[in-house]
Amino acid sequence: MKTYDMAELAVRNLRESILRNSLTTVGISVGVASLVAMLSLGIGLQQLAGRHLQKSGLFDTVVVTSRRDLRGFNRDQEENGPAPAESPALNESARQKIAQLPNVLEAYPDIRFITELRYEDKPYLTMMAGLPFSAKNNDAFDGMQGTFFSAETASEVILQKSFAAQLLGKTPKAGSEELSVAELAKPLLGKQLTMRYAERTATPATGIAKGGRSASTSEANNLPGAAYSVISREATLKIVGVCDLDPDSMRGQARARVFLPLQLAQDLHVMQPSDLRDTTSMASGTPAYITVEVHVKNPTQVQTVEDAIKKMGFNTFSIVDATRSLRQFFAVLDLFLGIFGSLALAVASIGIINTLVMAILERRREIGIMKAIGASDGDVKGLFFAEAGVMGVFGGVVGVALGWTIGRVINLGTNLYLKRQHFPPEQIWFVPWWLVMGAIGFAIVVSLLSGLYPASRAARLDPVQALRYE
Amino acid sequence: MPTGQGESRVNGPIAIRTENLCRHYRMGEAVIRAVDGISVQVTSGEFVALLGTSGSGKSSLLNLIAGLDRPTSGTVVVQQNDLAKFSREELAKHRLHTVGMVFQSFNLIPSMTLLENVELPLRFAEVDRGKREGLARQALERVGLSSRLRHRPTELSGGEQQRASLARALINQPRFLLADEPTGNLDSQTGTEIMNFIREFNDALGMTIIMVTHERTLAERYASRMIFLADGKLIGDQDNVLSAATGQTHGGGS
Repeated sequence: MKTYDMAELAVRNLRESILRNSLTTVGISVGVASLVAMLSLGIGLQQLAGRHLQKSGLFDTVVVTSRRDLRGFNRDQEENGPAPAESPALNESARQKIAQLPNVLEAYPDIRFITELRYEDKPYLTMMAGLPFSAKNNDAFDGMQGTFFSAETASEVILQKSFAAQLLGKTPKAGSEELSVAELAKPLLGKQLTMRYAERTATPATGIAKGGRSASTSEANNLPGAAYSVISREATLKIVGVCDLDPDSMRGQARARVFLPLQLAQDLHVMQPSDLRDTTSMASGTPAYITVEVHVKNPTQVQTVEDAIKKMGFNTFSIVDATRSLRQFFAVLDLFLGIFGSLALAVASIGIINTLVMAILERRREIGIMKAIGASDGDVKGLFFAEAGVMGVFGGVVGVALGWTIGRVINLGTNLYLKRQHFPPEQIWFVPWWLVMGAIGFAIVVSLLSGLYPASRAARLDPVQALRYE
Repeated sequence: MPTGQGESRVNGPIAIRTENLCRHYRMGEAVIRAVDGISVQVTSGEFVALLGTSGSGKSSLLNLIAGLDRPTSGTVVVQQNDLAKFSREELAKHRLHTVGMVFQSFNLIPSMTLLENVELPLRFAEVDRGKREGLARQALERVGLSSRLRHRPTELSGGEQQRASLARALINQPRFLLADEPTGNLDSQTGTEIMNFIREFNDALGMTIIMVTHERTLAERYASRMIFLADGKLIGDQDNVLSAATGQTHGGGS
């Protein structure tokens, strides 16, 4: 029998016991739906995590530190890098060199300092950090109230939520409900803060060397002086934003509670903790950075950039390893979700076997007749096989639609919940095309496999026996 | 009355030949000898009635000739082909092209219309879609059912159903019509109607007919030869003079 005829006969046979075959098909649909729902959830969560990490800049960031800090991030770097004293200083010229490496998007110093801020004439001591202008697109500022800095050197600050609460005297007590960012931002946005800080001003080295100390040895005279004076200054800063940044998140700046534009921080020449060390090491007259953050164009190039920077004699750190384990976690999660989804499909396949075996018993006579009028074993087998396949096709298509709907409903429910908890909506569910095609294909394959036994059993049926059976 | 071995009654080539044909069934401890050493020859164009009581083995013999069943031993040769040596696939082809079957209980597929039922063997024979409906329609017209094409078997009388199954048996133009008690479920008038069709196929198309029946009168009226079976053995084989006369009045086939 020709394949088309077989499919046609199969469809009409299925229509004959429409209820039972529909129920069987629904069984397949539910199996496929659960598979699709599970996997789309897994994929969605993976994408969600990926999106967040990507936006947070963790994937494409290399943190560069000087080996002079004696703070190597791992043994390998401690043992195989140049000796601390021989390693170059992590200063502005090093930063520029790093920024010019291929695949590097930007490299900026991590500037932070502890200072006193006055708000309504009350002093507050806090850590401030310079924030590069590119951080504007960082999703850490997604839930921010107000605006980002208007310019790279604007005298503006963004407050961390808990600091804002402190300014308002609303430090949350343990157990009480947390204040929302919006509530905190309302009275603060547009207000002024006065920052008192220590400005570092370079002074001629020789003056101090000669006048200050009795270091008149030739050795001391040959050294480039690292001398500066510290002047107390004040600056007025406008509060433009309040953000809900987790102070313990992985980003370095997050430990600070007040952010100002990085360029402004540099221009102010604020004295930093590392400056003090420079006076003792006497390495150079230019300020050195504690760390430089390097943004790489593409997460895949992190390793090559890291290697290039290491060659320059610096220590580096990136979380490529962390992302690898994250991907591994999701692969395992997807596997388990897939297995759970497939369980329902396995149950459905038993349903197919059951339905077709029942159909053989019921259609024993029909099979006998078909054989008596010339149907070959192959024809009978093909017919049952086609019936299983048709159920698989329908079950697969309906199942994907159902799974898609379930996914949407879960997504909707989650977003409703997130909204009530004052979180931004998220897409935690995603059905890629390959999953649609794969699920339908899988349903057909499972159905055909389920049809194998009934079909060969039908084909083996003895026509004489079948026709005798009334 | 019974004459000896079945030598050729009608002039023509031998169409069916069995030699020491046996079909034994096992039922627990007992062995049932449904067909037990039958040797018989049928010439092309004969109308043979297989007579015997219930359990005499006449249907089993018919099934062996039809290729629905395989012999335990012996040979059954249909048109120079030993069916005992056929593969399952070849037996299916034999049933599809060489023989057509009608049954006491009609055996139409209840979920299909008459047209679809008659078309079914054409599907198995992989006849082009375009040609199938026309052929099936023609076959049903031939048995006077042109107004019933879209009806399902259950909507029809027994006679109509049997006529439809005759149309189905003939659709692939086989050389043999094998009928198993074709009138067994019909009243005598409808039975006559069916038998006239069968005789027409024998006369006009030159088909070889093997008909299983337990009604001797029916056999005497239509068959050209009667073979008697009891307990799986051949107990009699005779020409039917009566039928030969009627056969001639119907246009003298043999």
